[in-house]
Amino acid sequence: MSTLAEEIKNPFTLTAPERPNANALEHEAIYILREVAAQFERPVLLFSGGKDSITLVRLAQKAFWPAKIPFPLMHIDTGHNFPETIEFRDKLVEELGVELIVRNVQDSIDQGKVVEETGKYASRNILQTTTLLDAIEEFKFDACIGGARRDEEKARAKERIFSVRDDFGQWDEKNQRPELFDMLNGQIEMGQNVRVFPISNWTELDVWSYIQKENIEIPSIYFAHKRNTFLRDGLIWSAEDGVVFRAEDEKVEERIVRFRTVGDMSCTAAVESYADTIDKVVSEIRDSKISERGARIDDKRSEAAMEKRKQQGYF
Amino acid sequence: MEVLKIATAGSVDDGKSTLIGRLLYDTKSLTDDKLEAIERTSKQKGYDYLDFSLATDGLVAEREQGITIDVAHIYFSTATKSYIIADTPGHVEYTRNMVTGASTSQAAIILIDARKGVIEQTNRHFFINNLLRIKDVIVAINKMDLVNFSEDAYNDIKADFEELMGKRDYQDQKITFIPVSALKGDNVVNRSQNMDWYTGQTLLEHLEELDLQDIYNVGTPRFPVQYVIRPKTEEFHDFRGFAGKVYGGELSVGDEVVVLPSMTRSKIKAIYFYDTEYQTAPRRSSVTITLEDEVNVSRGDMLVKVGDLPIIDKQLTATISWMDSNQLTVGGKYVLQHGVNKTLAKVDAIDHKIHPDYSGIEENVSSLNMNDIAKVRLRLNKPIFYDRFKEHRTNGSFIIIDSRTNHTAGVGFIE
Repeated sequence: MSTLAEEIKNPFTLTAPERPNANALEHEAIYILREVAAQFERPVLLFSGGKDSITLVRLAQKAFWPAKIPFPLMHIDTGHNFPETIEFRDKLVEELGVELIVRNVQDSIDQGKVVEETGKYASRNILQTTTLLDAIEEFKFDACIGGARRDEEKARAKERIFSVRDDFGQWDEKNQRPELFDMLNGQIEMGQNVRVFPISNWTELDVWSYIQKENIEIPSIYFAHKRNTFLRDGLIWSAEDGVVFRAEDEKVEERIVRFRTVGDMSCTAAVESYADTIDKVVSEIRDSKISERGARIDDKRSEAAMEKRKQQGYF
Repeated sequence: MEVLKIATAGSVDDGKSTLIGRLLYDTKSLTDDKLEAIERTSKQKGYDYLDFSLATDGLVAEREQGITIDVAHIYFSTATKSYIIADTPGHVEYTRNMVTGASTSQAAIILIDARKGVIEQTNRHFFINNLLRIKDVIVAINKMDLVNFSEDAYNDIKADFEELMGKRDYQDQKITFIPVSALKGDNVVNRSQNMDWYTGQTLLEHLEELDLQDIYNVGTPRFPVQYVIRPKTEEFHDFRGFAGKVYGGELSVGDEVVVLPSMTRSKIKAIYFYDTEYQTAPRRSSVTITLEDEVNVSRGDMLVKVGDLPIIDKQLTATISWMDSNQLTVGGKYVLQHGVNKTLAKVDAIDHKIHPDYSGIEENVSSLNMNDIAKVRLRLNKPIFYDRFKEHRTNGSFIIIDSRTNHTAGVGFIE
């Protein structure tokens, strides 16, 4: 029989059959998800089809087994998704037997609520915020569970696990509730909602190692594949005319690439990689020298890009 | 991998962000794009060294004022451990953030500027880490390069700090002194070439050797029920699972337990983690427990072992750290959240305020302001099941919620 200390040191290799694994981050996330189900009336899990939200779904399965996940999933669809992600989403939802709500950025554009960006760096990423806030109001969601992690970006590092948003979905970073020990305070007023981040304390490598260990299926674009691409500002872009703006002098070339993060096609750059299995991806991340969000153009707009978007209600 | 969370405390300009940046840099945890951003911004500002504080100071307001104003979390890992650093601000008005950061940490670093020595702020930082019963505290005497790496300067500061240690309540706290220069990189990750007289460990060496088994406080097992799982499917028709996290000790199948507050006795029938049954639920595991008998259990109830009962009472005395801009007043009514259990509480009396700089107590107080620490007596509308904070860090603490604003207004450590 191994001692607890040994298990904490080696959660992946020395798990004794008489005890569950001692992955502290997993136990913490499950605790948080159960608090959401207990403290809120209308929670929803925001599902993008990316690896972080897929990880959240697995954690939610674990938290409530043998019952079904007691809240719906919601996808805010920019219309610029990688098709592989959408296929994956629909398959997963069917397997889980949970409700999927889809709200489209295109509808917000058609209703004149937001205006499509133009130019070289046009993206629908920021427009999502309006669609999300409208959906929260439509369904009266009081808690939105998201897969954001504190290690992703500087402004995220200050985010609480239960993060209160006002009627306008805004984040007041100077007036956040202190979070002490394990205690989560989900008391809110009518009209307010809470953004919940169960994997706040996970790093990118933690997520990938978890996907590897749990053998979780993820969309194929996370693995090396051939793709028509072009180069801009030192980053590799999907050559998807009509979705991603491409100047005439930006030459299309086929490259072997994979994506480290899956967002809107117009703001997610690929990396050159031959990692075509989860094991290879994990070792690539382990040796990686470029941070994950380095391939996200929306953060490079300015030093304070993420913080500004968050104040406006972005996830 | 082991996860170790460390709280940091230092005054403005003690170089806390620089120390964290140095840890990240010397452990090769900064990625190329982050490093480039630091180099670029440092150059723009005309510095002739790398401004590592840019790696951690996240918010715009902080960059403008050049200070850290909220708790930020920084992640790095070595071959043996994953580290989470809670970067907590040091100025007087933000005591609440320090308490918050320390509440989830197992170790703490207190920074002292070698030119200034032990100042009033140092007393506060030490007081809070001691109040929160952090087991391992590192006193990093920083900016040694600005005092010519002098052993005398280091020894003077150490002696002043040791005087402070005599006043502490929690005597078992382990304290280690390390002379460093975060800016130049001495004794943070790499051994200093400038301080031959120091033979102890570097900061990282010390952290690497901390034993997590030893650093968590062990008590008696407590299982607060978060959520009742009733699948109502054909396959699991009669399944009633009690979901929660185990604190203090471990629980095993066959253990005789008491359900609080009903005091009903039963036996643990099964322990589930996801779809697998296990013999034992270790400390800090989030499991689902079923009982042999049909017992009425709901959220906020607690399972404990027979013969290991906590204190069950409607009255308690606690040291409270107040965190809200609205005052705590005698006679005031609040929501008390003890773990996942909520009750109403009325402030019966404030015994005295405690000055966190070890300058004594203040009696005849009728209200508390943000950042005040005081001994307070509370009366509850129903009994809770608690341990003393000294004996059980989780089951001995609670938060106070102001129901007018829903803010977490304070935290209490039960006597």
